[in-house]
Amino acid sequence: MAACSIEDLLAKAEQDEAEKLKSITVQKELDLEFDIGNLVAYDKNRIDIRQFREQKKEDFLRSLARDNTQLLVNEIWKHPTERVEEVIVVKLPEPTTPLPREKPPPKPRPPTKWEEFAKLKGIQKKKKTNLVWDDVAKNELHRLRNIARAQKIKVPGVGLTPTAQQSKTDLARAVNVAKSSTASAGKFQDRLPKEKAPRNTGKKRKFQPVIGNFSNEKQRQLDLLKVLDSKKPRLDVNKAVNKQMREDDREESAAKFKKGGKKGRKGGNFSGKGKGGGGKGKGKGRAGGKGQGPPSGKKGAGKPGKR
Amino acid sequence: PFPYTGVPVKPKTKRAKRFLDNRAPKLTENVKNAMIMKGGNTSMTVTQALKDIYALKKPKFPIICIFSYLQEFFSKKTDSSLFLFGSHNKKRPNNLIFGRLFDFHVLDMIELGIEKYNSLSDIKSSKCPEGTKPMLVFAGDAFDHENEHKRLKSLLTDFFRGPVVPSVRLAGLEHVLHFTALEGKIYMRSYRSLLKKSGCRTPRIELEEIGPSFDFILRRTHLASDDLYKTAHKQPKALKPKKKKNISHDTFGTKFGRLHMQKQDLAKLQTRKMKGLRKRRGPAAAAVVAGETSLKTTEVE
Repeated sequence: MAACSIEDLLAKAEQDEAEKLKSITVQKELDLEFDIGNLVAYDKNRIDIRQFREQKKEDFLRSLARDNTQLLVNEIWKHPTERVEEVIVVKLPEPTTPLPREKPPPKPRPPTKWEEFAKLKGIQKKKKTNLVWDDVAKNELHRLRNIARAQKIKVPGVGLTPTAQQSKTDLARAVNVAKSSTASAGKFQDRLPKEKAPRNTGKKRKFQPVIGNFSNEKQRQLDLLKVLDSKKPRLDVNKAVNKQMREDDREESAAKFKKGGKKGRKGGNFSGKGKGGGGKGKGKGRAGGKGQGPPSGKKGAGKPGKR
Repeated sequence: PFPYTGVPVKPKTKRAKRFLDNRAPKLTENVKNAMIMKGGNTSMTVTQALKDIYALKKPKFPIICIFSYLQEFFSKKTDSSLFLFGSHNKKRPNNLIFGRLFDFHVLDMIELGIEKYNSLSDIKSSKCPEGTKPMLVFAGDAFDHENEHKRLKSLLTDFFRGPVVPSVRLAGLEHVLHFTALEGKIYMRSYRSLLKKSGCRTPRIELEEIGPSFDFILRRTHLASDDLYKTAHKQPKALKPKKKKNISHDTFGTKFGRLHMQKQDLAKLQTRKMKGLRKRRGPAAAAVVAGETSLKTTEVE
């Protein structure tokens, strides 16, 4: 009993499906051939002449056209579709009907004089690698040095600032710096099995030769005596005071910028940029201060300095 | 590059060079331009017919009124490789010649006489937007069996198919050109297709005639010789899809690849280490060996 009802259900489902598809199914003796790439359909079925004559010509042709178009559309709809900018498009395959070309295929152009020469000499084309001169690293180092000079802090050695491409020497220097930055200045750091002791480290001092240029030595001694003799103070008080004032100004402005920057910050991610900005402002401010005249061509970036 | 007079000219500007390169033989060609020509004597029917076909095929149709002997010149000037020539005389009234060129020389020409014609304006209905890529249908077994009809089929496809595109807007499939070959006559009808709801994804098609409609009779033909036809179809090697080596598919669609390896010493292959199965060395081994030998001696005894 249950089995009967299942069969009935299935049969009904099939019937429903058939009903649905009825509107688009077309009965033909021979299936049509399609070239969807060109949107073409070929109907090779024989046309019933009698039917053609009996019916009104236009109606016959129209119904034939409708059936064939239906089949073509059915075939087109079988292909994958995609949505492009709110429009549904169907992806067409390559056209299959061989059609003649407009012009003959292009002939291979004759080799140029250089190409012939290269072939003769056996020169091969070398592809240029994508290496580009890394200006950033140098710039970065100089920028940080300037900042350090302005803020009177020590500069980290070359190689410790992160850069894109580091040369062998840079890496070696970085390694040395890292090694010697221990409590005992790297004296007890183990070396790798084949690593050589670093040379050329240590403070560079140059001494004049003991016996050499007599006139030079004489001149130097006399200059020393002159300095000792003179009543002028070695320190230019004016200059020193101005320098001190400038320093104080700069520190003030840096502190203010930092505060302002802190307020504007959302997370804690901007520390580097804030400092850099402050440094930049300072640098620009310094230039302005030194000039002490018209605020020369400062663009909007001068804002923090001017605070 | 030959500009119409046959003398090669070297381009002096970059723009000119680009223009000439566009017209030069290329790997993937441009869409074929077609030109319409009116013969010395044309009837109203023919003129109207030409105008209608022009309307069908816009924008790839520079319309010109010229005489046939200037055809080659004009085809070069407009870079057209398809032409439609209309003429009318007592012997051949309302004549249309469809033709195509290869390398600016005639490849195929087929003459069709208009027996009955309804123009676009005769048939009152809303038309399709200009430039829609039409669907083409060729009905009738003549298109499959008769040589001339086969060429005509190819020629008409070339004429009316429009630019080859990788994808088409589904809602934009509005125009259908239907050619029926029956009893030496060819009926050309142009319909607008309406996509109706059908209860499933594929729509039901209803057609509305928009015109123009032609009843053609096949007259003379001038078809290309077989070898010229073959040459015209030669595709450059570069266009052929490159076959990937060492990849094959079986009947189920599974993709197989082939790896080529050097010869390996199977004894020295690195496999999983089973500690227990390793060859024993030292006292343990000696004990085992002693045990074995004692066994052997007992047996002997």
